Amino acid sequence: MTDKIITKNLDLWYGTFRALKNVNAGIAEHRITAVIGPSGCGKSTLLRVFNRMNDLIDGVRVTGEVLIDGADMLLPRTDLVTLRKKVGMVFQRPNPFPLSIYENIVFGERIHAGRITRDGLDEIVERSLKDVLLWDEIKDRLNEPALRLSLEQKQRLCIARLIAVRPDVLLMDEPCSTLDPQATARVEELMRELKNKYTIIIVTHNMQQAARVSDDTGFMLLGELIEFGRTEQVFTAPRDRRTEDYITGRYG
Amino acid sequence: MRKFKEIIIEKLILICGLASIFFVALIFIFLLKEGIQVFKSVGLFKFLFGKSWYPISEPPQLGILPLILGSLLVTAGAAAISIPIGVGCAIYIAEIAPLKIKEILKAGIELLAAIPSVVLGFIGMVTLVPLVKTVFHLPTGLTALAGSIMLAFMAMPTIVSIAEDALYSVPKTYKEGALALGATQWQTIWRVMLPAASSGILAAVMLGIGRVIGETMAVMMITGNAAVLPKSILVPVRTLTATIAAEMGEAVVGAEHYFALFAIGIVLFVISFAINVTADLFLHKRE
Repeated sequence: MTDKIITKNLDLWYGTFRALKNVNAGIAEHRITAVIGPSGCGKSTLLRVFNRMNDLIDGVRVTGEVLIDGADMLLPRTDLVTLRKKVGMVFQRPNPFPLSIYENIVFGERIHAGRITRDGLDEIVERSLKDVLLWDEIKDRLNEPALRLSLEQKQRLCIARLIAVRPDVLLMDEPCSTLDPQATARVEELMRELKNKYTIIIVTHNMQQAARVSDDTGFMLLGELIEFGRTEQVFTAPRDRRTEDYITGRYG
Repeated sequence: MRKFKEIIIEKLILICGLASIFFVALIFIFLLKEGIQVFKSVGLFKFLFGKSWYPISEPPQLGILPLILGSLLVTAGAAAISIPIGVGCAIYIAEIAPLKIKEILKAGIELLAAIPSVVLGFIGMVTLVPLVKTVFHLPTGLTALAGSIMLAFMAMPTIVSIAEDALYSVPKTYKEGALALGATQWQTIWRVMLPAASSGILAAVMLGIGRVIGETMAVMMITGNAAVLPKSILVPVRTLTATIAAEMGEAVVGAEHYFALFAIGIVLFVISFAINVTADLFLHKRE
C-alpha cells in the first residue's frame, strides 16, 4: 500500500489565524480516507490544500510540504491546471454549471483537450455517466439544463463531470450533506465502486458516514490532526482521549 | 387616533402611486391624440418609410425613414463601441481587479454617469468632431460616427454597472467548480461566468441601448443634423430625438408638421418601450 499524498509539517494561516497546525499524514492510494471533526476544525481547509483552492482566498499562507506522487505541490512553480486535473473536487452543494447535462460533463474535455471530436465527447459522456450509475436514468435528457436534475442527480453529475477529466484523487467536501438518507446511501455505494480507480478523501461531519464508507480516518480538532489510522481502529479503539470524546458524542 | 393616522398615510401613498400611473397614461393619450392625425393624413406606411423629410416645404413631405435610419445608425455605432468595452470593463471589475482598483473604477463609472449630456456634447464638439474630421479627411466631423462615440460614453455606465451586478450575483460555487476542474481564469469567465450571467448582461445591453436611443442633446450637437438617408457612418445624420427638439419650437401649433413631431414621439415611445420590456424580460428570467 503506497501513500498517494503525504503531508509534512503542514501549517496554514488565514492572516494571523492558524487554521492548520503541523499536520502530518499519509493518504493511501485506492482507499477512502475520511476526515472528521467538529465544525471549524480545519477539515475542509485541509481538503482545499490538496488542490490549492485556498489560493483563491486573500491572505492565506501555507508552510510545510504536501507531496503528491512524490512532488511537493505547494511549491510556487506547481502548475495549477495540471494539479487540479489530477486532484478533483466535489463540493458540499452540488454545483453543476447552468449548461446542459452534456456540456457539464464535457466541460473538462473542452478546456483541456487540444482536438475535440463529437464522437470523442459522446463517448466521454456515456462512460462518465455510466461510472456514476446515472446513464440509464438520464441518457435521453442529455440536452436538458443540468439545473433541472434532482439534488442527488446533480451531485452524481458533478462526480461524473470530475471523473471525465480522469483525475487520480477525488476530494469530497461533505458531498452528502444536502442529500436525503437514501440518496446518501447510493452516493456512498458509488464511492465504494470508485475507490478501485481513484484515491478518495472525504470530509464529513457525519461520523456514521465516515465509519460506513472509509478505510482510514483522521480526526481533527482546532487545526490539529489528533488521530489518524484504520477506520475500525479509530472508531473502536481510539488512542487519543479527545477522539474518543468526539466519537462518543461529547463535542459538536 | 393612531389608526386614523395610519389610514391617512396609507391613502396618501396610494395616491402618489396612482398619480404616477395616471400621468404616464395622460402623456401617452396626449401623444397619441396629437400624433394620430398624421397617420390619418399621410398614412402610416408613407410616414414611416417615406424617404424625404421636408416639413416646411409646400406641400410638406413627412417621411421619417432618414430619421429612423439616423437613429439606428448612431445607436448601432454606439452599441458596437460600448458593448464590448462595457462588458469587458464589467468583467474586469467583477472578476479580475484587485479591491482597490475596483473601488476606483466603480467611482469613475459613477462619475461618468453623472456628467450631463450637454457637457459631453460640447466636449465632443470641440475635441471629437475635429478629430473625426482630420482622421477620415472629411469635409465635416459632425457625423454619425462622432455621435456614436459620444453616445457610447453615455451607454457605458449603465452597461458596466448592471453587467457587473449580474456577474457578481453568479453563485461562487460555479466559479469554484470550474477552477477545481482545472479551468484557467479566462476559461472560467468565458465558459461559466458569462453564460451564467448572460440574461443580466443582455438586460444591461438593452438598457444601455435604451439610453442611447432616447438621448437628444449630445446627438443634436455633434451629428450634423442633416435629414438625409445616410449612406455611411461618416456622414451627418439626424436622429428622431434631435428632430423633435430642433423643430418643435418653430412648428406651427395645429399644422401637419406639429402633428408629425408628435408622431415621431410615438415612434420613439414604442421603440423605448420595446427595449425596456425586453430588458425586463431578461432581468426576470434571471430571477
